[in-house]
Amino acid sequence: MRAEGPTRPPAYVEVADLRRDFDVSQPWLTRVIERRPRQILRAVDGVGFSIARGETFALVGESGSGKSTVARMVVGLLPPSGGDVRITGVSMTDPRQAAERRRLRRRIQMIFQDPYASMNPRWRVGRIIAEPIRAFNLLQGEAAILARVGELLTLVGLHPDDRVKYPHEFSGGQRQRVAIARALASEAEFLVGDEPTSALDVSVQAQILNLMRDLQGRLGLTYLFISHNLAVVRHMATRVGVMYLGRVVEIGTSHALFRAPRHPYTRMLLDAVPDIGMTGRTRTPVSGEIPNPIDPPSGCTFHPRCPFANERCRAEVPGLIDGVACHAVQEGRLD
Amino acid sequence: MSEAAIASRGEPLARRSRWARFLDSDLFSSFRRSKIAMAAFAVTLLFFTVALAAPWISPQNPYDPAQLELMNSNLPPLWQAEGVRPFLLGTDDQGRDVLSAVFYGLRLSLVVGLLGVLVSGTLGIGLGLIAGYFGGVLDTLIMRVADVQLTFPAILIALVVDGVAKAALGGHMDTDATIALIVVSIGLSFWVQYARTVRSQVMVEKGKDYVQAGRLIGLSSPVIMVRHVLPNVTGPVFVIATINLALAIITEATLSFLGTGLPDTMPSLGTLIRIGNGYLFSGEWWIVAFPGLALAGLVIAINLLGDWLRDALNPKLQ
Amino acid sequence: MTEPVLSVRDLRVEFATRRGVLKAIDGVSFDVAKGEILGVVGESGAGKSVTGAAVIGLIDPPGRIAGGEIRLAGQRIDNLAPEAMRRVRGKRIGMIFQDPLTSLNPLYRVGHQLVETIRTHTDLSPRAARTRAVDLLAEVGISAPERRIDGYPHEFSGGMRQRAVIALALAAEPELIIADEPTTALDVSVQAGIIALLKRLGREHGTAVMLITHDMGVIAEAADRVAVMYSGRIAEIGPVHGLVQAPLHPYAVGLMGAIPTLVQETDRLTQIPGAMPRLTAIPKGCAFHPRCPRAFARCHVERPEQIPVNGHRVACHLYDAQGSVAA
Repeated sequence: MRAEGPTRPPAYVEVADLRRDFDVSQPWLTRVIERRPRQILRAVDGVGFSIARGETFALVGESGSGKSTVARMVVGLLPPSGGDVRITGVSMTDPRQAAERRRLRRRIQMIFQDPYASMNPRWRVGRIIAEPIRAFNLLQGEAAILARVGELLTLVGLHPDDRVKYPHEFSGGQRQRVAIARALASEAEFLVGDEPTSALDVSVQAQILNLMRDLQGRLGLTYLFISHNLAVVRHMATRVGVMYLGRVVEIGTSHALFRAPRHPYTRMLLDAVPDIGMTGRTRTPVSGEIPNPIDPPSGCTFHPRCPFANERCRAEVPGLIDGVACHAVQEGRLD
Repeated sequence: MSEAAIASRGEPLARRSRWARFLDSDLFSSFRRSKIAMAAFAVTLLFFTVALAAPWISPQNPYDPAQLELMNSNLPPLWQAEGVRPFLLGTDDQGRDVLSAVFYGLRLSLVVGLLGVLVSGTLGIGLGLIAGYFGGVLDTLIMRVADVQLTFPAILIALVVDGVAKAALGGHMDTDATIALIVVSIGLSFWVQYARTVRSQVMVEKGKDYVQAGRLIGLSSPVIMVRHVLPNVTGPVFVIATINLALAIITEATLSFLGTGLPDTMPSLGTLIRIGNGYLFSGEWWIVAFPGLALAGLVIAINLLGDWLRDALNPKLQ
Repeated sequence: MTEPVLSVRDLRVEFATRRGVLKAIDGVSFDVAKGEILGVVGESGAGKSVTGAAVIGLIDPPGRIAGGEIRLAGQRIDNLAPEAMRRVRGKRIGMIFQDPLTSLNPLYRVGHQLVETIRTHTDLSPRAARTRAVDLLAEVGISAPERRIDGYPHEFSGGMRQRAVIALALAAEPELIIADEPTTALDVSVQAGIIALLKRLGREHGTAVMLITHDMGVIAEAADRVAVMYSGRIAEIGPVHGLVQAPLHPYAVGLMGAIPTLVQETDRLTQIPGAMPRLTAIPKGCAFHPRCPRAFARCHVERPEQIPVNGHRVACHLYDAQGSVAA
């Protein structure tokens, strides 16, 4: 059940050994004067997963886990330092596939976290949604574009007449609907949502989550869903990857992962999250905080906080075997 | 989708005009509340109107030697004993009507000022956009030049540019070329402020997701810069432009006062002040006083307007 | 029944704008007892933070308290002079905000700020104040407090900073703590510790806590009672368990259903159509009626007052006629 068996449909998105380093060094002059070395932040360190067509894969993790960096590399906004992303078999990095990549471009869109920053505040919503249609030359003539914009607005639960309004005239949830309409305008089939509801109020969040699921059903969309909110992830995802300090520590179906978490970090997270289903419970306090990613712990980066860590964990990076990257699980010390 | 219609009530196509939206804006309401801003605006508007209408409201064309009579030179203002009609504010040493000269001088000052702002603004905004958007070596190059230039006073840069150009062109220039040269000197001395402001604004804007969304649909960098980033950095630029208009006018006046600006035959306010300065101690105070007052009034009004605009557009101060 | 630590009656807060007077808080009443944690929950614009600011006397112009009473242990504090209110604020009411960096001066060592606060409100000697500061840091769960006390805020992690802010709020042993989104900026694994700390304060010191947050999960775990706010009013107030498990007000019902939970899988979340009205356009009658699935004629015209139902107080016409028979 947990193994990524051969029965799985062919992958739509394949991410293999993805890496991304950021140079967070002081400016050159400061480095020379203060004799400091270059500082490299390894934000993403060997992440791999695959997403089947029509499914929702979620990456969940706390701040500094690198989940947003992965999202930006998958859509091509950020070049990876290593590894590759393939979507329908087309490499996002191979220069020989530039032409195929351009053709694929409009199929991959992103929904951003902050609906107040993701739209040009000086444009009317109709023009914002029409921009991808014009940029990819999908329709000819103003009348056809106008009709399509109206159709898209209706699709996301807005009124065609809303096109004449400016973004600031909408509430946060309505703006997120506009953002989804814009993403769909280029006939996207793969949407990457980077915390698409974390800036919204809960009642509005429910609207957007429901809308995303409705659209997935109707249009057969594939989602990569990035979130720090475990309950939202559980609600949305078919499969989940848990990230900690740039690595995937556990991956599996949503059902299995939430019912029987295996990696100590996943267990700790699930135990720590405040949830309305658990009023008045007492919990085991979590030890420690996420270390500084510039100077991560050796071996398994979770070892300083892990109650099951031993010498091997301090020295050796555990590989992701059978959906979990943990020596204790792999050695049978932890079920 | 059953809930579809509820997400928005789909208000009727109430497409309010830009003017209606402006009248309802916070900016306009802040303007209405500020007496200083309204007064400054009225004075600025008056100066602009006078400058525009100068050929029709001036008693005399001060640039036309045929209209000047040396007989009429150095006449005092009308309300003094020796005042002569139609010279309301008296005449200068060439027999030029001071009032007409001030009207035409305002015209020149404003033209040079506005063109100077246009040149420095275009240069500064362009370089700021490039520096902010692309970063890296281009950014370093542009901003270091800007830093170096900031260590010199603007007037010195203008003088240097003016001097070098005049030496290169051989000193014989018609008035249009002189105006163009002054405009360029002013443009080259004031671009830094625009570039710095635009650069920092662009760095903020380019991190925003709407710019990323533009990249996701394959827009090229120049398209994103001009279509998305530029319109969103205009607020502060507008403030700088207003304050720089006053500075540009002063710079032109200073250049003319120092004698490297506009020639005596086509006097700007600065030239008039220089001419009048020579007669100050022989009692003909009006030749310098009225152009001086006009210059001071214009610059103060524009500056007050700029100050108000800066405060009104700065959300932190509200 | 003993006197509540905080008692708010019919509080109204207005903001004068050029488009007219906006009613941010319109007739809010609640009590917080000794040792109790009252959760105040609501979506953005509901008025929960403004309520907190009103209690600590931090409503800045153009806002003003337009009516009602706020009593701290029986004493009215809403009409105190600014100077007297400032003393109450430091000594008797402690504050914890979302961003710990707004409460900590980056230029001073954490210990310095703690000692300064302690000495402002007590007559301890510098030495004694420092000992007390170390105790406070230990109390809020900062390990090796003797060493950390000489650290600067930037040397603390996010969770540690929030703990230091709580220590600062506790310095004068206040009767009441107002915590406005204290866990929102923190990671999940850190949130839990802060929640546990707040709960312990009530238990061990009898401190009353007003916990303002948009996160129902946090409320569910930390609070004893909950007030659900909507458009500047309290829609429903009652014990946490009842409110989460069996809410009465249609807004509270919708809100609980809209929150995805880890415990059970749902195919579809309940959704409340529309969004909270802006302050400029609060509907007549019950402010929730345009979004309410059970609204009827009366809701459009008449504003519901709070009525007691099953140990809750609910501002909803549905429960009026039937009274206690309902639900």
